[in-house]
Amino acid sequence: IYLFTYFFFLLLYIAFMLFIVFDNAGQFFSSGHTNNWAVLVCTSRFWFNYRHVANTLSVYRSVKRLGIPDSHIVLMLADDMACNHRNPKPATVFSHKNMELNVYGDDVEVDYRGYEVTVENFLRVLTGRLPPSTPRSKRLLSDDRSNILIYLTGHGGNGFLKFQDSEEISNVELADAFEQMWQKRRYNELLFIIDTCQGASMYERFYSPNLMALASSQVGEDSLSHQPDLAIGVHLMDRYTFYLLEFLEDIHPASKTNMNDLFKVCPKSQCVSTPGHRTDLFLRDPGSVLITDFFGSVRKVEITMETINLTDPINPVNGELQIRKYSYVDQLPVSEIIHQKPKQKDWHPPDGFILGLWTLILLVFFKLYGMKHLKHIF
Amino acid sequence: LALKLNVLKRGQLAALSIAAVVIIVGVPLWWRTTETYRAWLPVNQINELANLQLQLSADVEVVFARGTVTPEQQKKVPLTQTQDEEHTVDEDTALRYRYETKYRTATIMEEDALNQPTAAEADLSLHTLSESPCGSLVVYVIPESSTLLPEDVDVYIGQRRTALLRIGAQMRVGRTLEQLLAHLEPRIKQVLQVMSFSHTDITAALSDRVRLSPGNKESIADSMRAFKSSPGYEITFSLLNPDPKSHRVHWDIEGAVQTYIQPLLTKLAPLANFSIDSQTLYYAMLGVNPRYDSSRSAYTLNSDSLAHVINPVEARLGSNAASSNPVLNFLLYVPDAHHSPLHIHDHKKQEVLSNAFHSPRWGGIMVYNVNGFYGPEAVFPVDININMAKVMGVFLAQLRLLLGVQSSAPPPGFLVAPCSSTGLADWELDRLMWSRTVENVATATTTITSLAQLLDQIGNIVINDNIAQQVSSAVTSLQLAVAELEAGNLGFALQYSKEAILASERAFFDPSLLHLLYFPDDQKFAIYIPLFLPMCVPILLSLLKIVSEARQKRRERQAKKD
Repeated sequence: IYLFTYFFFLLLYIAFMLFIVFDNAGQFFSSGHTNNWAVLVCTSRFWFNYRHVANTLSVYRSVKRLGIPDSHIVLMLADDMACNHRNPKPATVFSHKNMELNVYGDDVEVDYRGYEVTVENFLRVLTGRLPPSTPRSKRLLSDDRSNILIYLTGHGGNGFLKFQDSEEISNVELADAFEQMWQKRRYNELLFIIDTCQGASMYERFYSPNLMALASSQVGEDSLSHQPDLAIGVHLMDRYTFYLLEFLEDIHPASKTNMNDLFKVCPKSQCVSTPGHRTDLFLRDPGSVLITDFFGSVRKVEITMETINLTDPINPVNGELQIRKYSYVDQLPVSEIIHQKPKQKDWHPPDGFILGLWTLILLVFFKLYGMKHLKHIF
Repeated sequence: LALKLNVLKRGQLAALSIAAVVIIVGVPLWWRTTETYRAWLPVNQINELANLQLQLSADVEVVFARGTVTPEQQKKVPLTQTQDEEHTVDEDTALRYRYETKYRTATIMEEDALNQPTAAEADLSLHTLSESPCGSLVVYVIPESSTLLPEDVDVYIGQRRTALLRIGAQMRVGRTLEQLLAHLEPRIKQVLQVMSFSHTDITAALSDRVRLSPGNKESIADSMRAFKSSPGYEITFSLLNPDPKSHRVHWDIEGAVQTYIQPLLTKLAPLANFSIDSQTLYYAMLGVNPRYDSSRSAYTLNSDSLAHVINPVEARLGSNAASSNPVLNFLLYVPDAHHSPLHIHDHKKQEVLSNAFHSPRWGGIMVYNVNGFYGPEAVFPVDININMAKVMGVFLAQLRLLLGVQSSAPPPGFLVAPCSSTGLADWELDRLMWSRTVENVATATTTITSLAQLLDQIGNIVINDNIAQQVSSAVTSLQLAVAELEAGNLGFALQYSKEAILASERAFFDPSLLHLLYFPDDQKFAIYIPLFLPMCVPILLSLLKIVSEARQKRRERQAKKD
């Protein structure tokens, strides 16, 4: 009997080792992506929407911690909370009450700020239809082997998301934008997370392959905020993102947690709303998708086995380098300012104030002196 | 009464004329002003392109050296044969490979060249005689007794576009020419698979059009590793010196790039533009802590931790690129004095000879140990000159892999000449050009067809004249590229395919094609009703009144008649 159990355990051990070996080799081929991108968007402005900016910045921090570099993150913040006049602690954005965690820091790279965050710019970033003068940091330069994480937060409704309190993006437009991305093979797999009221309506209309979506609340439910901070005076985070972040804090670049755990984040008891997810368009089984496939940036590496034998000596670079002397333009040309002639001012038609003043004078005149004079004018 | 009638008639006339103006002038005006401008697109040609029938033609010349053909066989030579191979990839894509094989005997000068002692020298002297055009091949059939090739080697693949094929033993006895050709055909096909396009390469290049189920693991790794076809690439060489207090590192990067890298890039000029820059980073550490291995008395980085090295470094690299081209980063890391020497170990815990690794679609990192250059009593900082030939040998190999030069093992019995000083053999360049041309054509056709589909589906997108012009020029270039591929002119085909892809990308990504005009029907009603309803209601009511009055009058007239 002892022999039998011994053999049994030996077999188990061998199977386990084989599994590990295959797992290591299999990692290269299981996900099919070589780089990661993240598009993090906060769509609401005004001081009382502090929590949306804090949401987005917390996700930004986690994503950076897990390895995605700034050059691969497009961060869009619709309003500036850190330097807002109403911020009692300027240059900070806190995400935990009692000001425990400052998510703003000094190495935040915001690509689209303030009024640049519009539906048009968001769709342009996704589809790649940016004017040629747009710098690299404002572009989503993904290819067919990129996994993209898209995180949206703000105020939303059934089928739309509000941008800047003045316009909205509908779920049909979003689905069309993703379809255009698929047509141009701009992503390998895409994870879409939305933390707004009735967020599940935003992913109802998706129809492109390889999309996985998570939302903080179902249609008809509101997503609630988490904690107010009495010193700052506003709510600091939303519930779903708060528990999402708690979950992400346990993830490190080498962890093997998969998506099924992410779906369990923030159950109804904690979140009050019911988070939803959609995986029917995703080709792989969510249980085999690692969190770091989207939130981190684990590179595939291969050992370089071959080298080339180079025997030619180095040619000296011909010609001396032209050392160009650079100099600054005079920063404050005092002499020019002092001796400036007064500029010819162009004539402008009278301003609104002047017009109003003259209208008032005319009316008073005609009131005093009778309407019969008015007939002569008109 | 007459006055009243007059007034009534005037009212009716007014209502009728207003209705007439609204219908005749107003409705067309509203239609024209709310219409979106859509320039004409060659939709028929685009739909034709959706069904891609590619024919790739390769010219092969088979030259018989003395001793391989008998005099009777020689009389029937020179001979030309054409072979077609059809492959259907999916319902929209079909491939045909055409091999035009010309058989002839060797000239006297070629015989002299083949009398050289070694295969490499023979290859060189054969090349001086004639240069094969892009995309073609020359196979020299040498007798079995020839001493050019070693014993176990049957085929030698040179650095240009020539191969030496040793004829088999069974052909020693005189046979007919047909039997000789039948014997040679599979072997020449094997040579073609290595030196010219192969079905796996071409289907991999079509991956944009056709999502094939992944084949073996090697092909997946190959397709993930190389960058996609792009009009330009940016290459950055970085020297990471984490310990400037101990090591003062000098590298002659300009000379090294000029001598070693630039020839390769000049050779690849038909494919893409390259721009190179370099930088030195101080106090840049690797993100992982190497472990000390006392058995080898060196620090080691094992293969699992290599994946985590790149991210912390990448944040510090910066980018000089002003364009949207892909960036290749090559990093040279000189370990600090306390962690020298540093070796990279592979899965089997063996030391890697090159001490370098690369990441698909990103670049490569090499660790250069300098502790051997100075003794323990050296005065810090030590001046170190890096051996650029060794470093560039590794970077050149990585560059080849990242640009898509396949390095699969040749079949048994094949001997491939080592890389020339440019780092790229001519036939490797041809292979790259074949796959890039097919990739460009496939990508451009999918772009154009999906653009046409998109513009068709969404009726509200404005199509400006410049977009229509780009689309037309893309369609024309595509047709030309496919025609040149059929004819076998690889250089022209690549050029046209590049123009096609540039035009199609410019058309697809034009900023004016943004569709922000999604109006659900209820919103359309909400906009038009407040504008038109107040105007239309009185007109409609007065028209109804006119009609009812006319009917009443007719009834009265009828009554009067009766």
